Amino acid sequence: MISNNLNIFLIFLSALLVNNILLIRFIGLCSFFGISQRIESSLGMGAAVTSVMVMSSSITWLIYNFLLIPFHLQYLRTVSFILVIATLVQLVERFTKKYNTNLYQALGIYLPLVTTNCAILAAAFLGIDYHLSFLQNLIYALGVSLGYLLAIVLFASIRERIIFSPIPKAFKGVPIAFLTASLMSLAFLGFKGLFRL
Amino acid sequence: MKKGIDVFAKGLFLENPILVLLLGLCPVLAVSTSTRDALCMGIAFSFVLFFSNIIISSLRKFTPHHVRIPVFIVVIATFVTITDYLVAGYSPQLHRNLGVFIPLIVVNCIVLGRAEAFAYKNNVFLSLADAIGMGASFTITIVLIALIREFLGAGTIFGKMVMPENYQPFIIMILPPGAFLIMAFLIALQNKLIKK
Repeated sequence: MISNNLNIFLIFLSALLVNNILLIRFIGLCSFFGISQRIESSLGMGAAVTSVMVMSSSITWLIYNFLLIPFHLQYLRTVSFILVIATLVQLVERFTKKYNTNLYQALGIYLPLVTTNCAILAAAFLGIDYHLSFLQNLIYALGVSLGYLLAIVLFASIRERIIFSPIPKAFKGVPIAFLTASLMSLAFLGFKGLFRL
Repeated sequence: MKKGIDVFAKGLFLENPILVLLLGLCPVLAVSTSTRDALCMGIAFSFVLFFSNIIISSLRKFTPHHVRIPVFIVVIATFVTITDYLVAGYSPQLHRNLGVFIPLIVVNCIVLGRAEAFAYKNNVFLSLADAIGMGASFTITIVLIALIREFLGAGTIFGKMVMPENYQPFIIMILPPGAFLIMAFLIALQNKLIKK
């Protein structure tokens, strides 16, 4: 899908809008429906995902290309990536707790959840499957994570208003959230016309 | 034996992981564009759940409590890697279709959730029953969604044309918005049935 000669801006735009990780690719949906009741919590989750994803994708790219490939250990990809991500999340949590208490209070409760967020692992896998260079991979991860932030904040702001509307009884709660996601996904599908990939 | 059947039935209906608990949505929505892919995804998922439940349950007496999550993850990741290579070896086309969703079984909430909530606390036989129940309910649900989407979106079932020649398919059903739409109606239907 993404070839090597694409320029960085196109990679960013494709990851952010055209192939939005939540609404078009369906990755990371558990948190999308779980943590989108209020705008503040969705912002916190989005920020935690953005910061961890940019770091983890760079580290897993380095591990894959400088450790796993030279020693022909590609089959350890899944095991090593998930362990690296879990360790990284712990480190980031300890670090923010010690050096930036305000940030820790804002992001703290969302950080452990990031470990089991499939979007983080998927971004690492996809960057490698597309054979991106280090810089391209960094931009790709940035685009994917900002796309996550954009979609979850938009979704939370719609859900905050939906509570006050009259909804058929059977559709209250989760079903109406899925309908909202369906319409948002339709809107994001419109970006497909932006450029051909 | 009776307890095993109870556990199996509970996983299949009352605690349906997808429609009731809303867990593991990513593969369900992404792979359900064709029935064949959905069935294979269900089988791959059940395979991982089955073996990881057995191993975790038999190791539960030797696993120190505070490192249990990393142990679960390593066990699950091992079986996911085996599945990934098996699928790639036997059917490269299927491997391309399922793509990143096979390695993503590692972070699937259902597998880790069953390890933590069930296999770590129960004996091997009950964990086995739980894995079969959960795996079957995952497979049945994903195939059901795929049947509806493929039928409406392409007029086919398992790739065979079942509608008349001049049938105009709802293309939207096999595009991403259709997946959310079908889920919304299925859960609404279930709410209606359970509350009555």
